Amino acid sequence: MSHEAAAHQGHHPALAHHFDSLAQQTEATTLGMWVFLVTEVLFFGGLFATYMIYRSWYPDAFAVASHELDVVLGTTNTVVLITSSLTMALAVHAAQLGQRKLLMTFLILTMILGGVFLGIKSVEYYHKFVEHHIPGPGFQFEKEYFRHAQIFFSLYFVMTGLHAIHMIIGIGIMLVMLWWSWNGTITAEYSSPIEISGLYWHFVDIVWIFLFPLLYLIGRHAH
Amino acid sequence: MPSQTLYMPPRHYLNENYGITSWLLTRDHKRIGLLYLASITFFFFLGGAMAVLIRLELATPVGDLVTDETYNKLFTMHGVMMVFFFLIPSIPATLGNFLVPLMIGAKDLAFPKLNLASWYIYVIGGLFTFYALVAGGVDTGWTFYTPFSTVSSTTNVIPVALGVFVTGFSSILTGLNFIVTIHRMRAPGMTWFRMPLFLWSMYATSLIMVLGTPVVAITILLVAAERLFHFGFFDPRLGGDPVLFQHLFWFYSHPAVYIMILPAMGVVSELVAAFCRKQVFGYHFVAFASVAIAVLGFLVWGHHMFVAGISVYSALIFSILSFLVAVPSAVKVFNWTATMYKGSISWQTPMLYAIGFIGLFTIGGLTGLFLASVGLDVHVTDTYFIIAHFHYIMVGGALMGYLGGLHYWWPKISGRMYNEFLAKISAAIIFLGFNLTFFPQFILGYLGMPRRYHAYPPEFQVLNVLSSAGASILGVGYLIPMVYLMWSLRYGRIAGSNPWGAVGLEWTTTSPPPTENFAETPIVTWEAYDYQTPVEHHVA
Amino acid sequence: MSSHILPKRVYYTIFAILLFCTYLTVQIAFFDLGALNTVAALSIATFKATIVVLFFMHVKYSTRLTWAVVLGSVFWLGILLALTMSDYLTRVWRTYG
Repeated sequence: MSHEAAAHQGHHPALAHHFDSLAQQTEATTLGMWVFLVTEVLFFGGLFATYMIYRSWYPDAFAVASHELDVVLGTTNTVVLITSSLTMALAVHAAQLGQRKLLMTFLILTMILGGVFLGIKSVEYYHKFVEHHIPGPGFQFEKEYFRHAQIFFSLYFVMTGLHAIHMIIGIGIMLVMLWWSWNGTITAEYSSPIEISGLYWHFVDIVWIFLFPLLYLIGRHAH
Repeated sequence: MPSQTLYMPPRHYLNENYGITSWLLTRDHKRIGLLYLASITFFFFLGGAMAVLIRLELATPVGDLVTDETYNKLFTMHGVMMVFFFLIPSIPATLGNFLVPLMIGAKDLAFPKLNLASWYIYVIGGLFTFYALVAGGVDTGWTFYTPFSTVSSTTNVIPVALGVFVTGFSSILTGLNFIVTIHRMRAPGMTWFRMPLFLWSMYATSLIMVLGTPVVAITILLVAAERLFHFGFFDPRLGGDPVLFQHLFWFYSHPAVYIMILPAMGVVSELVAAFCRKQVFGYHFVAFASVAIAVLGFLVWGHHMFVAGISVYSALIFSILSFLVAVPSAVKVFNWTATMYKGSISWQTPMLYAIGFIGLFTIGGLTGLFLASVGLDVHVTDTYFIIAHFHYIMVGGALMGYLGGLHYWWPKISGRMYNEFLAKISAAIIFLGFNLTFFPQFILGYLGMPRRYHAYPPEFQVLNVLSSAGASILGVGYLIPMVYLMWSLRYGRIAGSNPWGAVGLEWTTTSPPPTENFAETPIVTWEAYDYQTPVEHHVA
Repeated sequence: MSSHILPKRVYYTIFAILLFCTYLTVQIAFFDLGALNTVAALSIATFKATIVVLFFMHVKYSTRLTWAVVLGSVFWLGILLALTMSDYLTRVWRTYG
């Protein structure tokens, strides 16, 4: 990479004026994305802390409430998201090798899988709406767990909702990447936008990897 | 140095282009620093106006100027504006923005567009808060404690919460930008241990911004969800724990105090070295102390909650950890003092602020130890003792550092000198006014006067009148620099590139610097604060 | 900077492991292991996240700085969880229930 960057120094159209070389620019943007992901870890961290405390306080209510979630849809979505991570990784691979068509194909696949995930998620949300499991004045649940189950569902909606918003932003990023791949901005020497978009996408996947067992799988054995 | 004729450079970042769009669409870190300077000054005087009303009300024991409800809104808006819209962005977003690339010999920050975006995000957050003020204010206190903020309060909690949430992202982006810039954009030869200590403190500050701010963002989001949609997170009626809100809130908001004080410490390190003509004593210790404060700062938040219902065991842990922060803080104070020892000190305005900082920060820091010990804290929690303590840190510390830095780098920013006589007078006025305002509050608090009440028993009046009188002196002290700094922009003596004869890359370029900062990328071959080598040998 | 280009089979292998782990975690959830259910679920999730970070996100082949950033985020998350729990695990009273 370094000799390629040197060859393009000061000439590459993507090199911003305040960087000395494309290599320095790539290092800076990659580090920037990683630092951003740190903020994301702590952002979701606040939710995980909240979850941890209430689950330790109200294990039974959480188990019962968790049963109301559809484990088949949840598992399907996990598989969909893992697959989208694979297509994203392959997109990065294609970008690094400068395989433009393959890159665009994988980006489109990633977006489609992201869309499928969001579709399934909205079906689940709709079910919860119909079952009156949305916390607030309209909430209905068996009397014993009525209060604590609301905490579970509050966490469920905020955690999955924020995750879904990240997915939507991710699909938006992929659209830009698709455009840049199509118009030739992305080349084998300048693949870092795809790489750092990939970091973001994988991070969103990782959040789901934790959300899935914490929300869908607790206390499955009990009933 | 004074023998040469001083002149303004023909081309610099201020005359590169003109017009409102050249400012609003700029990607130059120096101009963005000035945009921040203007906006935080606006909020400083707005928050200051609230303080004036608070002190006026407290001049008499009865609530005669404003109602209790208005008073609640006054101290809330004062806190929100001063903490989130003035102190947190104060040094990082203005001086930091201006100086980080200059000090490491870079052309700009790593992400100039993101830098501009962070200013716009700040402005949007500010607009939400300003709207809340105009629409009638908020009465929760700047801490938004639940369940009052989520269930009981009937005021504009949501707009202010949104404002704080949004502004948090501007802080995150600034921190991210600094971290990447310091890691990846240093000029050849600028090793980590050749960096000015201001950069070490900016780096430590950025770590806190990046690691802490997201947690308060999610916390505010949960408060908003609970208030707007009746979700349950902290609501005791659903089995929620309001103390959990305090845990999450202080996980950020205690380290946020170090976002305010660390940059000021960095400024003081620069000032002490420059005005004593010496290398900072124990450079490595001061540098690592910044990082240590940033890390330890995350381990102590529970000391805000000793009486909130946390477990005794937990209080013990947080108490011990809180005492630990005193170690790196003391390292800094001792090292500054040791730097001054046998230095050739020149008593110019920035140095006056630096010395003011060291004294006031020491008082603020030591009273912090009172609060870290559980037994004493139970006695003084929510009294004026707390108010006095954190104003010594935030105003006596952070604001003094900010003003000292602003005076020190003003010639670099504007190319001109301010009136030194007026500057010294106002520094003295600020120091006197500050102590008169806040020292009586230590006594008031110890005697048991609680915070956040608009009326108080008559026996507290003498000390309160002293405090109010001090506040009016302090207010005048803040207005004078406004006047002479603005005046200097047009009529000030031309400064030249290095009016203080200081070392450091920022003094090797012209004042004001050109848009690209340096004619060619500097190569650093000397250590920081190398005052043994004559300044002329530090060539860019 | 991830200029290191991995062969495609690495990605396919990781993908297969991730799918298997998903199957495993769902299956385990239906057996009553007591407190071990949570331990198993979180261990598998952590393992999945780790291999995503190491291979899909190329951290295994990245600079020490990237490692420091990743470990730093986990460490600070740990501070948040651990010190918060220092209160909740030792409270002798439950204020609200």
